[in-house]
Amino acid sequence: MMPDILLHALLAGYGVALLAAPLGCFVVWRRMAYFGDTLSHSALLGVSLGLILDININLAVIACSLMVAAILVSFQEKQRMATDTLLGILAHSSLSIGLVAVSFADKIRVDLMSYLFGDLLATGLSDLYWIYAGGALVVVTLAWLWKPLLSMSVHAELAQVEGIPVRKLRLTLTLLMALVIAVAMKIVGVLLITSLMIIPAATAQRLSRTPEQMVVVSALLGILGVSKGLAASWYLDTPAAPSVVVASFLLFIITRLIKRT
Amino acid sequence: MKFQNKEVLTGINLQVNPGEIVTLIGPNGAGKTTLVRVALGLQAPSSGQRLIRKGLRIGYMPQKLHIDDSMPLTVNRFLELTGCRLTAVPDALGRTGVSHVRHSPLQSLSGGELQRVLLARALLHKPHLLVLDEPVQGVDVTGQKELYQLITDIRNASRNREHCAVLMVSHDLHLVMASTDKVICINQHICCSGHPHQVKQHPEYLRLFGGESDELAVYTHHHDHHGVDGHILKPQGPVSEGK
Repeated sequence: MMPDILLHALLAGYGVALLAAPLGCFVVWRRMAYFGDTLSHSALLGVSLGLILDININLAVIACSLMVAAILVSFQEKQRMATDTLLGILAHSSLSIGLVAVSFADKIRVDLMSYLFGDLLATGLSDLYWIYAGGALVVVTLAWLWKPLLSMSVHAELAQVEGIPVRKLRLTLTLLMALVIAVAMKIVGVLLITSLMIIPAATAQRLSRTPEQMVVVSALLGILGVSKGLAASWYLDTPAAPSVVVASFLLFIITRLIKRT
Repeated sequence: MKFQNKEVLTGINLQVNPGEIVTLIGPNGAGKTTLVRVALGLQAPSSGQRLIRKGLRIGYMPQKLHIDDSMPLTVNRFLELTGCRLTAVPDALGRTGVSHVRHSPLQSLSGGELQRVLLARALLHKPHLLVLDEPVQGVDVTGQKELYQLITDIRNASRNREHCAVLMVSHDLHLVMASTDKVICINQHICCSGHPHQVKQHPEYLRLFGGESDELAVYTHHHDHHGVDGHILKPQGPVSEGK
């Protein structure tokens, strides 16, 4: 019989892999990798605000991500700076502000490392509820808006002329990403969330002929990566989240090599 | 229209009537694409307004579709994304003469094939107004003629006694001439407009497009010469866009 701790970790990892897959595909299609990074880095600021103000951390993270996204959009519209420069500034500033803010709140003892790198093996039941409830919300929303979202990802202006509400969809996508980051944060940590989204999606890209196939394949690859990473962590005592990322990366390399020969 | 306090387009009055083919020409940086973007509603004008008939369906063919190869997509699927009936896809591809690429990945198409696929996509919306931004870019001369013929045919094919209007951007006046009803030559403002033959003889046009040696002549450009708009733009049709 599998110990509870491992079972929880596996279920949490699978859940995160499943909902990271469709969003990861959008991140890859829409070239949002830096954006995802920025959102997840700013999640730490959300954590500290949540701790200091004593509100639910997941909600604080979602609110914080949306705030950062709003700041980003307002700066982008002024077009004074390249987007990647702006993203770099926002990502690391919000991460640092988060770290500094937590140090002020000396009554609160938090294990920052678990927020930065995640603590897969400390997953509790409440985390599982968050993952699967949040995951269901994400999957239902994506399925409902699937066609317009795809349309927008192919060509935003074409979609807009055709009457698709591009701005609203962009906001929805940001909201969903914030949600995924909030629930995945404790599992893989703010520094590694983006990799869980983009590595399986990038691997699936060459193996698929349709967008839907790409989502399914990247979900399977994500699950495979979580299984292998956790196995390594369990038997070889390696850190869990980085092991999952390394496993996903190895899958990426292997498929590249196989495709080439 | 202003960008960072630099005036890009001023005093533009553009009207497209049903069944009319209007071609915008002008040198690089004249503001052709900006004007089209305003007409499409992608960009809000800094002053002026855009009037469109209620329920107007626009088919848009962008200048260049950069298809990222990160999304695996066949032509068929790309066209289905418009939400049209499934049988409409082969029809539209047949009309633009690229039925053979229906099941190919979008990324594998040649420039000319892609332009035709984009036109097919614009047609799938059963548009009242077709907006084409340099539709023949990257197409060889024979292909260009075919495409222009196709666009003319599309306009001529009446639907419910209503003809589709076409607003087109071109950098090459000579090939457009045959089928277009009205040419508008812009360079940050309307230099001249009217029937192709009128425009061709207009001094402003000649200065912009003809006789390279004239470039060294004294620059005699008047900014307030909108009186030369040979054609009076009568507000007759319900399809209208103005700024």
